[in-house]
Amino acid sequence: MNYLFEIMGPLLDGSVVTLKVFFITLVLSVPLGLALALIRVSHFRVASGLVSGYIWLMRGTPLMLQMLFIYFALPWVPVIGIRLPDFPAAIVAFTLNYAAYFAEIFRSGIQSVDRGQYEASQVLGMNYVQTMRRIILPQVIKRILAPVSNETITLVKDTSLIYVLAMNDLLRAARGIVQRDFTTMPFVVAAAFYLIMTLVLTWGFHRLEKRYAVYEG
Amino acid sequence: MPSMKDDAVEPMLMIEARDIRKRFGQLDVLKGISLEVRKGDVVALIGPSGSGKSTFLRCLNHLEKIDSGHIAIEGETMATTDADGSCRYASSADVRRICSRMGMVFQHFNLFPHLTVLENIIEAPMTVKRLRRDEIVPKAEALLRKVDLLNKSDSYPSQLSGGQKQRVAIARALAMEPDLMLFDEPTSALDPELTGEVLRAMRQLADEHMTMLVVTHEMNFARDVSTRVVFMDKGEIVEAGSPAAMFSDPKHARTRAFLDHVL
Repeated sequence: MNYLFEIMGPLLDGSVVTLKVFFITLVLSVPLGLALALIRVSHFRVASGLVSGYIWLMRGTPLMLQMLFIYFALPWVPVIGIRLPDFPAAIVAFTLNYAAYFAEIFRSGIQSVDRGQYEASQVLGMNYVQTMRRIILPQVIKRILAPVSNETITLVKDTSLIYVLAMNDLLRAARGIVQRDFTTMPFVVAAAFYLIMTLVLTWGFHRLEKRYAVYEG
Repeated sequence: MPSMKDDAVEPMLMIEARDIRKRFGQLDVLKGISLEVRKGDVVALIGPSGSGKSTFLRCLNHLEKIDSGHIAIEGETMATTDADGSCRYASSADVRRICSRMGMVFQHFNLFPHLTVLENIIEAPMTVKRLRRDEIVPKAEALLRKVDLLNKSDSYPSQLSGGQKQRVAIARALAMEPDLMLFDEPTSALDPELTGEVLRAMRQLADEHMTMLVVTHEMNFARDVSTRVVFMDKGEIVEAGSPAAMFSDPKHARTRAFLDHVL
C-alpha cells in the first residue's frame, strides 16, 4: 500500500501532461476541423481539393511520424522552417492530425442534413452564416456525437505517443517505474487512470446524447 | 397625375415572369413560360407530373436558376436576359431581399426538426429581421391560433401529423409577413384524410386576399378557391383561364385529356 502512494506522485504528474495534451488538442482541433469541413463542402473547388489532399496526408501517415517530422525535420524546411520545443511540437502534430479526422466527421454530418433544410432557410431569408449557425450545425451535432465520442476517447490514449519526444506522459512515467522497480504494478495503475478518463468522457457524451434526444430527425 | 389607362386601375403586378427557360442537362424543363400574377390573385398551377410546374415555382424564388428569361417581383427585377442571350441576376443581397417578399410552403414541409413549433416560427423573424423574442412571440401565437395549433407550440415537428406539420409551415412562412405565397404541392405528401385541414388553412388565406401561386393536384381547390387556373404540360403553358372556363370548357385537347384523367 505504501508503495502505491510512492508511485502515485510521478503517475499523477504524468496524467497532468496527458490531460494537457488532450484538452489543448481538443480545443484547437475541433474548430479547425469544422473550418476544414466547411471548406470541403463549399463550392470553392480549389480550396475543397486542397483540404481533401490535406486530409489524405494527415490520415494517411502515422501520427508518430508527423510528430517526429514537426520536431526534427521542420526546422530544416525552407521558409516555414521553425524550431519548436517538444510540447508545442506535440500539440501542433496532434491538432493537425485530429482536425483532419474531425473534418471528415463534420463533413459527413453536414452532408447528411436534408437539402430541404437549406431551401427552407433560404426562402425565409437567411444567409449562409445564419443557415449554418442556426439550422444546419445544431442538427449536425446530434448526428456526429457518437463518432466524435469515439475520436475523443482515441485521443486520450493517443497522447501516449508523445513519449517519442521524451515527454513524461502517464504511460512513460509508468514504464519508467516498471523498469526501475521490476514490478508491473504501475502499468495496472496507469490502466486504471486511463479508464477513469475515458469513463468521464463516456458519461459526458452520454449526457449530451440524452440532451439531444428530445427531438427526432 | 392619375392616368386613366386600364393598367392604372389593375391591381399591382406581383410576379412578372417572361419567357422563362430552364434545362437540366439535355432535358428542356421550361420552354419559355410567361406568367403574370397580380395582387389578390389565387393562381392554381396544374398539370401532369414532370410538366415543370414545380421547377417554374422554384425558379421564381431562386431555388433554381433560370437559363434565360425575365423575372420581376413587385416591379423589382430579379433576373433578366440581355440581347446577347446571357442571363443576369441581381446581386445576391438583392435577390435575397426580393425573395423575402415571397413565402414558400414545400411538399415535404421542411420544418426544422431541432426546434419546437413556436421556435420554428420565430426563428427567421429573430435572425433575419432582428425582432426581439417578446415582439414576435405574440404574433407567432396569433398565427398558431389561426391554423388551430396553439396547443402544439412546445411540440417538436416529429410529434405532429403531416397535416399539422404543413399548417405549422404555413404559419412559419406567414410570420415573415410576405406579400405573396408560393405553395409547391402542399398536400401531395399527406394522407387523404389530412389534406382537408391544410386546404382549409389555404382557403382562409385566400379569403383574406393573400396573393397565392399554388402548384397542386387538388382539382377541387383549383376549381373552388383559385381565381385563375393555369395548365402546364411538357414545359409549356398550354392554357389558362378562369376556373369555370377551364373546368367546364377547356379549349385545348391536352387540357381536356388531363382533366378527364384526374377528375
